[in-house]
Formats: sequence, C-alpha cells, structure tokens
Amino acid sequence: MSIQFPKPDPSILARREAIVAGLAALVAPDSLITAEDERRAFETDALTAYRRIPLAVVLPRSTEELSAVMAFLHKEGVNVVARGAGTSLAGGAIPQEDAVVVGVAKMARVLDIDYANRTIRVQSGVTNLSISDAVAAERFFYAPDPSSQLACTIAGNIGMNSGGAHCLKYGVTTNNVLGVKLVLVDGTLVEIGGPYLDSPGLDLLGLVVGSEGQLGVVAEATLRILPMPEDARPVLFGFPTSEAAGGCVAAIIAAGIVPVAIEFMDKLAIEICEDFAHAGYPLDVGALLIIESEGSPAEIDAELAKIIAIAKDYGVTAIKESKSAMETAAIWKGRKSAFGATGRVADYICMDGVIPTGKLPQVLHRLNEIVAELGLRVANVFHAGDGNLHPLVLYNINDPIEQAKAEKAGEEILKLCVEVGGCLTGEHGVGIEKRDLMPFQFSPVDLAQQMRVRAAFDPAWRLNPAKVFPLEGRVAA
Amino acid sequence: MNSVSPRTEAETVEAVTAARAARRPLRIEGGGSRADLGRPVEAETRLSTRGLTGITLYEPRELVISARAGTPLAEIEAALKENNQALPFEPMDHRALYGTQGEPTLGGIAACNISGPRRISAGAARDLLIGLRFVNGRGEIVKTGGRVMKNVTGLDLVKLLCGSHGTLAVITEATFKVLPHPAFAGTLALYGLADGKAVAALCAALGTPLSVSAAAHLPAGLATPEPLTLFRFEGPQASVDERLSVLRRTLVPFEQGEALAPDYAGALWRAIRNVVPLVSPPEAAVWRISVQPTRAPKLVDLLLKQIAVRYYYDWGGGLVWLAVAATGDAGAAAIRAALAQAGNGQTIGHATLVRAPDDLRRNVDVFEPLAAPLLKLTKDIKASFDPDGILNPGRMYPGI
Ligand SMILES: Cc1cc2nc3c(=O)[nH]c(=O)nc-3n(C[C@H](O)[C@H](O)[C@H](O)COP(=O)(O)OP(=O)(O)OC[C@H]3O[C@@H](n4cnc5c(N)ncnc54)[C@H](O)[C@@H]3O)c2cc1C
Repeated sequence: MSIQFPKPDPSILARREAIVAGLAALVAPDSLITAEDERRAFETDALTAYRRIPLAVVLPRSTEELSAVMAFLHKEGVNVVARGAGTSLAGGAIPQEDAVVVGVAKMARVLDIDYANRTIRVQSGVTNLSISDAVAAERFFYAPDPSSQLACTIAGNIGMNSGGAHCLKYGVTTNNVLGVKLVLVDGTLVEIGGPYLDSPGLDLLGLVVGSEGQLGVVAEATLRILPMPEDARPVLFGFPTSEAAGGCVAAIIAAGIVPVAIEFMDKLAIEICEDFAHAGYPLDVGALLIIESEGSPAEIDAELAKIIAIAKDYGVTAIKESKSAMETAAIWKGRKSAFGATGRVADYICMDGVIPTGKLPQVLHRLNEIVAELGLRVANVFHAGDGNLHPLVLYNINDPIEQAKAEKAGEEILKLCVEVGGCLTGEHGVGIEKRDLMPFQFSPVDLAQQMRVRAAFDPAWRLNPAKVFPLEGRVAA
Repeated sequence: MNSVSPRTEAETVEAVTAARAARRPLRIEGGGSRADLGRPVEAETRLSTRGLTGITLYEPRELVISARAGTPLAEIEAALKENNQALPFEPMDHRALYGTQGEPTLGGIAACNISGPRRISAGAARDLLIGLRFVNGRGEIVKTGGRVMKNVTGLDLVKLLCGSHGTLAVITEATFKVLPHPAFAGTLALYGLADGKAVAALCAALGTPLSVSAAAHLPAGLATPEPLTLFRFEGPQASVDERLSVLRRTLVPFEQGEALAPDYAGALWRAIRNVVPLVSPPEAAVWRISVQPTRAPKLVDLLLKQIAVRYYYDWGGGLVWLAVAATGDAGAAAIRAALAQAGNGQTIGHATLVRAPDDLRRNVDVFEPLAAPLLKLTKDIKASFDPDGILNPGRMYPGI
C-alpha cells in the first residue's frame, strides 16, 4: 500500500520560471527558496517515507506579504501547501511538485500579551513552547503541549488541532484558540474570533482548527493562556502487563477522577525512553503509567491517594512519586522524547487512533497480536486518559517489504480503533497517511458533506489538495 | 401552522425531502423553549424533534452520553445525576426570559451552543459536544465526530453545527462528554464595588491558580441593594474552603468578602445563568454581549451616557447581559458603536439581540453583522448543507 500523489500539472511545471519571478517581486530574496538543494529541505515532514520537491518555497515576513503571495498564486492557479515547522506525522506538510510551499517560519513574533484577560496574540509561526515561555515569568502557560512543542508552530497546531499529554484536563488546540487571522485562497484576509469568547455567526473558528491547511493560511492567532497550577506532581505506576495498566486507566476515569495527565508506555517504550532520557523509569515492569496530579499539595495528596487505591486493585508493582522539580522534568523529558528516542532505534510509523477508554485492555491485546502476526515490533506510548493510542510500529525504511508490512499493521490497528467505536486520528491529523482510510470511518455522504464545506473556502481545490480526502470521488460546491 | 413530528431519523429524512420537493421551508423546533432566539424564521411548517427521544448510549465509566435530539434536558440530567455526573457547561434555561413553557431538549442545546456561568472554566457546549448525527437540507443522513474524547478525523463539522441555530441541518442525535458533578460549591461575595473595580477583581481572581469556576458582578439593585461581586469554587469541600479563603486574603485590596450560604449562592448562580435579573419588565429588549473582559465596564459606561440600560456581568466580565427599551432599533446602533469605540480600532466583542418582539428581530441585526468575505463564506456553507434554503431560513441572517 503505497500512498499515491496526484500527477503534477505539466502546465504549471512549464511556467515555473514565471511563477518564481512573480514571487520574487513580492518578497525579499531571503524569503524565496528556489535552488533545488535548498528546496529539498522542504520535501517531507515527519512522515519521512514520502517526499516531493516543491516548485518553490516562500516564507513571507508579514501578514500583508502572505496575503500578496496568496493572491498571486491564486491568479496563477498554483497549488499551495501551507507549512509550519514540518513536524507533521501524517504527511500533512509534504509538498507536491507543482505546488508552492507557503511557510510561516519568518512570522514568529509574539504580538501582544494580556494577562488581565488571559490572552496572547501571536504570529502563527511562533513555536508552541515559546508561547508558554513568553508568559512563564508571570506564572502563566499555554495548555496544549504536543511532545514536539520545541519545534512545532502554532500554525501547525491549528492545522492539525494538536493535543498533548496535558490535554486530558485542558482540552486540545480547538479549546484554547479564541481567534485567527486567516488568509483565504485568493489572498483576502479575514478575522475570525478575537480576544473574547464564542466568535459570532457560524463557528468558522471551530471549522478552521484542524482543517489541515485546506481552508486558508493562518497568519495570526489569539490564544487563551492559563495561570500555572500551584503545584504539579507526576507519579510512575508500574504494572506487570499492558492489559493491567489499561484496566487501571479505565477504572480511574470510571471513578470520575480526571487528573491532568495519564500517559501509558509498554515495556519496549520504557526501555527505549529510559535508555535515552535516564528518567528513572522502572525497567522490571510490563507497562508504566505516568499520572500527573495538580493543585495545592493537599489536593494532590487527596487525588493521588484515590488513584493509588485503584492502582492496587490492578496489581501495581511499583509506585514512584516525583520528589523534586528536577525529577518531574526528567519524567516528562523521557515521555516527550519517546518518538525521537524510538527513531534512534529503528524507523517507525506512528499511529494515532482513539478508542473508548473501557476498551483499552482488549484493544492493547489485539494490537500486539496484529503486529506480532506480521513479524514486526511495536512500542506503545500514548495519552491513555482519553483513549488516544500511539503504537509505534518499528520497521526498516530501506526494506520495501517491511515498509509495506508496517503500513499494513497501521491500517489494521486503525480499523480496529474504528470498529470498537473510535476514530482514525485523535491529534496528528489525516494528511496523506490516513487519507485513503477515511471511507472506513465515514460514509460517502459524510465525506461529500465535508468536501462541499471545504469547497466553500477553496472551490478549485488549490490548498493542500493531496491530503485528507481520497483522491477519487472528490466533490466541489 | 402545519406541523410534522418525525419519530425516527428515516421519517426526518422523509419530512425534509418532502419539504424540499415542495420548496416549503421548515421551522425546526425542539421543546420550543428558545423559539424566539434568533431572527424570526420565514416558514409556514414546523418540524418538531419532539418525537425523536431517548438516550442511545450512556457510558458513565467513559464519561460520554448520546441521545436523540428531542430528548428533554431534564431526562438527560436525571440520568447523569444517578451517576453523580453532569453536563459541565451548565446550559442556560431560556424559559424565564421568554416566558415559554416547553421542555428544553438536548438537540436545542447543541444547535444553539447554549452554555452558562461555568463556560469560562469548563468550556462551552461546543467544547464538550463530540459527535452529531443530522439530516441536511438535501435529505441526507450525515454523521460527524463520534463518541471518543479526541478526534481530528476530517473537518470538524461538530463545531460548525453547534451554534448554527438549525440553519444547516436537523440534528437528530448528539453526543456530549460529561464530567463528575462537583462534590461541593462555595461562593465568595464582595459588596459595594463599582463596575471597574469589580471586573478588575474578577480578572485578578481568574488569573490565580485557584480554579475559580464562575465569576460574576451584579450592580446595585439587581440581586442586593449593594453591588454584588461573586466568585464560585467547586470540588471537594476541603479544597473549596481552602481556595475560597486564599482568594479572600488575596482580594483584600478590593474589599472584605464573605462566603455565602450554599443554597442562597446556588439560587443566585441559577438566576445569573438564566438571566432572571433582567426578566422583567417583559417588554424590554435583552442583549447578550461577548466582550474582552477588561473593556466591558468601559463599554457599559459609554452606553449609560446615551441610553437607559440595566445590565450585569458574567464570565469574569466577558459576558454582559443588557436590558434596554424595545423601541427604535433597541439600542443596536448605540451598542455596536460603543463596542467599536471601546475597542479603539480593534474588534473586542459582539452583540446578540436575544429578546425582542418579532418585528424588531426582523429589522435589526440579531447576530453581529459579518464582514463581506465572512458573509459570503457563511452563505456558501449554508448552500453546501441546504441548497434550497428550506431549513430555518432567515434565522441567523436574511436568507440564512
Ligand atoms: C517527535 C514528535 C512528537 C510529536 N508529538 C505530538 C503530540 O504529542 N501531539 C500532537 O498532537 N502532535 C504531535 N506531533 C505531530 C506534529 O508535531 C503536530 O501535528 C504539529 O502541530 C505540527 O506543527 P508544525 O508546525 O510542524 O506543522 P506542519 O507539519 O508544518 O504542518 C501541519 C499541518 O498544518 C498545516 N499548516 C501549517 N501551517 C499552516 C498555516 N499557517 N495555516 C494553515 N495550515 C497550516 C499544514 O499544511 C499541515 O497540514 C509530534 C511530531 C513529532 C515529530
């Protein structure tokens, strides 16, 4: 199962020089990348098995420049692939040969911080972590915390409606964005929402978040910032088996306890992360939960006592509370570097399916069978509290047969997620990776409705056209 | 008025298909308790969801509930209560404001994105709504979202439908995330603060790590003779008591405060949620203004200089409820000009005319007017669901 890209449009390729010249008239020389070896830096994202060199790359310095670039490309009928930091795991930012990559890397300023109203306004190219850093001195933070937060941009977070370990309590990107300035396909700038709640009219903001660069290019965003909790304490819980850990997660949620994070790692993931980060994870267990509780010390003690009682019912064999800020940092560093650490061991594809939490033990069991039947290995590390799985299926990228098997395993796992009442992707997005699986979750009518809405923004399908919707059977307005 | 009341999704499809074939627009109604929310619908036939009832899935252990659109909210809340759970967004009940009798339905809450005071801490209905089934204006059954807590598969039509006021589709089933009902609630009250100082206190409190779950300010004469500023805490009682007393110490520069008796405070919060302080006189028009909190007092101040208004603040200052005389344009031009002036060139909020006679709601912009490109997108989206304009036409904007 190799993922297809649409055939590049020869008439666009033939006009490449004129298109590049037109762009050169709109932006400074260092905002336009045309040399082939430099364009190659943009040929893929974190789904590195697929690559396409774009026609050109343009990195505007301002919203006005971005607008002008979009208007020009629209006039020329050129496809656009919006790009933040290119860390998409779903191939959402992979270009096409006949498309111009429009990146926001040079639009990375914090524009305004308003502590009294608990909002921050930023250009969309700022990195996720730099937002929290900008407000940390006043003890505020921006809640969604993808593990890639050091690199990924708010533009990409909005593109994918990204989540993170602490979204169990605080929600994902869509719950934390108040407004955007969006450049439409023809260059028109619109303002949707702002420093107030519930944007007027239809909830276009909710539609734009998670639209994977297909409705417009986000130039600026107004985000909610939150006061830091008084204290936060992660605790490691080791279990003999993955099923026991999965059962414990379901029981915690069932008891009505919603801690700020419940993260899961199986044996292979623990070994890989511990080897990389030396976080003090127990190595003699079959699975590990990182559960973080926050509030005042007394509140944390009370919540943890309840969680520990449940964990005992599920045969917990090791419990280790963080005793210092340094230990806390190490615990999270280990978890957040899981993908990177795994990448040192082998190539992997990372699945992102979601299941009802009650189905965790059953699905973990079947998932391991699926991978074993194909003769592959899997490291499981994921956001267990909301049922968001990240099985990392290990393979060798230079072995086409193994790559096909890994993709097959991924497909089977995602179908399993849908079968038990879940979905294909919880936070990484569809991109090209899950595009052809969409019919497993949606009927043709469901998809056609989505595509007609998409077409209201982009009737000619110029924005990131290879993604999200299967190449066959596309509908316009 | 003709009425059709399908009992199944299939019958809903039939009703919509027939209406489309006859080019006979439908006014979609749940319990009818919010029939006056939005512009008057231009339709002679009513499609009631009252026959579409029943909880279809409730997994207390997974914090999720689904029900058909016409299921009374009361039935949902009763089922949740048995498991000590609740809808986190505390939906407002419009019956007092409109003097309506019907039973609010789950579908109505989803269609109108109805939230209450806890919206600032727990999110709005749109944040907790995770899945929908609906029949669009083409007579097609569509599903979007699902029953799991995280889902980014495809375009988020759940959000788009939530707050579309029945203009895009007839919602047939809705799935919400639920949470444990807070074990205890405590409310701190400050007395005598002027608006500016009160909103500053609300903002200061919401900027602390004390997890204030709701924050409101009622000027003199609305609930008590003196102005009343309220901060609500929820959770285990020990934690609530502790946080309340910490805030009390923090706010000393503002005023001495007192903890209110739980029953009294509970009644106050229900009144704030349901806009009870502005219910009478019933002939007054009522506006709902979502605004950047710190600019809310300035906005009110600008208005007080021009027209007679009664008002209060919820959402830590971010929501201003305002009653004005239902004459002329019911203050529409003045309110929107004051929003622009208070924003000093920046858009800082938007105003919705929530209560006014039909004629007024037909002739003034009930929802904030949209910039031309956004209006065009809105029209095109409407057409993508409902090409012949048969679902609640005119509810949000002329023709939409
Ligand atoms: C090691 C690692 C860990 C990760 N951990 C997590 C995690 O914990 N949680 C999580 O949710 N994700 C995670 N991701 C995935 C990825 O980081 C997120 O999807 C992230 O939001 C992508 O941001 P980006 O800036 O790299 O965007 P890109 O990859 O450049 O783009 C992502 C999508 O957004 C679109 N886009 C980019 N810019 C714009 C714009 N200005 N306007 C409109 N659309 C735009 C693109 O077209 C594309 O479809 C991880 C990735 C890696 C490599």
